[in-house]
Amino acid sequence: MAQAAVTPASMALPRVNPLLPAFTLWWRELVRFYRQPARVVGVIVSPLLFWVVIGAGFGSSLKPSAGGQPQNFLLYFFPGALMMIVLFTSIFTMMSVIQDRNEGFLLSVMTAPVHRSSIVLGKVLGGTTLSAIQGLLFLVFAPLIGIRMGLEQFLLVVLITLLVAFSLTALGFAIAWKMESAQGFHAIINLFLLPMWMLSGALFPFSNAWKGIKLLMVINPLTYGSDALQLTLFPEKLGSTILPLWPSIAVLAAFTILVFIAGFVIANRRSTVPAA
Amino acid sequence: MVTTLQNTVRAETGAQYTPVIRIEGLRHSYGSRTALNGVSFDVRPGEIFALLGPNGSGKTTLFRILSTLMLPVGGRSLIAGFDPAQQPDEVRRRIGVVFQAQSVDIKLTAAENLWHQGHLYGMRGAMLQERIAEMLQRVGLADRAQEKVETFSGGMKRRVELAKGLMHRPSVLLLDEPTTGLDPGARRDLWQYLHELRNQERVSVIVTTHLMEEAERCDRLAILNNGEVVAMGTPAELRSEIGGDVIILETSDPESLALRIEQRFRIQATVLDGKIRIERREGHRFATDLVEAFPGEIESISISKPTLEDVFIHRTGHRFWTQGQPEEKK
Repeated sequence: MAQAAVTPASMALPRVNPLLPAFTLWWRELVRFYRQPARVVGVIVSPLLFWVVIGAGFGSSLKPSAGGQPQNFLLYFFPGALMMIVLFTSIFTMMSVIQDRNEGFLLSVMTAPVHRSSIVLGKVLGGTTLSAIQGLLFLVFAPLIGIRMGLEQFLLVVLITLLVAFSLTALGFAIAWKMESAQGFHAIINLFLLPMWMLSGALFPFSNAWKGIKLLMVINPLTYGSDALQLTLFPEKLGSTILPLWPSIAVLAAFTILVFIAGFVIANRRSTVPAA
Repeated sequence: MVTTLQNTVRAETGAQYTPVIRIEGLRHSYGSRTALNGVSFDVRPGEIFALLGPNGSGKTTLFRILSTLMLPVGGRSLIAGFDPAQQPDEVRRRIGVVFQAQSVDIKLTAAENLWHQGHLYGMRGAMLQERIAEMLQRVGLADRAQEKVETFSGGMKRRVELAKGLMHRPSVLLLDEPTTGLDPGARRDLWQYLHELRNQERVSVIVTTHLMEEAERCDRLAILNNGEVVAMGTPAELRSEIGGDVIILETSDPESLALRIEQRFRIQATVLDGKIRIERREGHRFATDLVEAFPGEIESISISKPTLEDVFIHRTGHRFWTQGQPEEKK
């Protein structure tokens, strides 16, 4: 008789630790990835394909030139190919933002008492993890073309790859947030991100470029990622880049912070149009 | 014994309530199109409140504003004492939301979906695992916990949605067209569950719907039309305002007959979709009078108790489903 069937509707409402939602969104990104076998195969096979097909194709048609670049193009192209792999994976993983919105998952995230920076962090770290893994898998091919790395060099490459992956994923997030279709997202990638990669020193060195192109390369944040990789892997060609190694990394880090904040600001904005 | 007790409690709180949701003059527009034109109403604690309206009446707009997804253009709303526009996080902690769109991740299992949802609300560890098991039990999916949601039927997916919305024990539950795409059995289960929730945990439920028979199951409802509340009250109250029965006549020339009926009986007879519609007490007696007064003119006659659709017609002058809108009343 004394049993109360009524439980209190409102319980204590503890603050949500912002890392918990970020962790859960990151984890979900990884689980979704390995549950789609095609994506897993793509991650492992595509680096190899990129490098062999593009690099070998160019390598046979280009004579080793004088100047500061390495003996053959395959060698020069190695950091560029790594950048490209990271770029594509980073950007494409953020298509999941559009998918989450269209499928409705984002709705339940947006109505949860979660700080918007946790949402950005979780999603971006998810994409970063996948693209960094893919980029680092590509390093397996380094010894095949005669790149030798010490532990210090390897750790530097890991750091630079992580920074490039994180900044590009955050950029992808910021672009994808307002996008309604994957087609629109593709258009942006072709118009904006592909040229950004081409003008990063991935395809041709800064020193060989035209004046106007040089200017674009200076303001392109990816150039500093590409340069940092070149400087780490081929220390003997110091001087042919815009900045030395650590300042390049600093520029890259600053860019990373900037795009993360941009992603947060975009996701945090509330307006009179539906948020999700 | 127990039921009497519960009824007393409910009657008491109904008498001296502080509203759990208060909406005052809420306005919204998308560009030049007005979606909400000064909507006001209260929802009492522990009641199931329906927002009934045809497509485009402003239900979903209202839902988006209450669930903190969108800011209104004007007016104010309070949920459990907090304004979704000013203090979204305080509101978010207290509301559970079940969307019309599917928000479960079909690549994840039922338990995984709830695990992520719990994390979003700061739940973790053993306490979270317990809650997941409890919720899956309650929505009858305990045996399917480890299966991916993509293998589930529509009704089962909806139950996962509901479990998601209730993980953090919200005091207010918002549901947007929750029975869309469900078969009658699944629909009945869902409503039974909402009633249980209201009775056992005193959760206030606000549900949007375009289905008359669903609005009938609620404690109170507001009927929305073109962004305005055109009627509000309990289903019985609303039906009683019709004042009697609804008589529908079919005839070859409705306009002229309606005019003559009005002249002769001094009552209102409206023409809707080529049929004459009259609201009248003791409809069966009046029907005889009508047939005698206009012999041979009336092709068919029907008398019925008023439904919520009649209330809608009474207030707006047009049918709930106008042409061009899907006829999905059943």
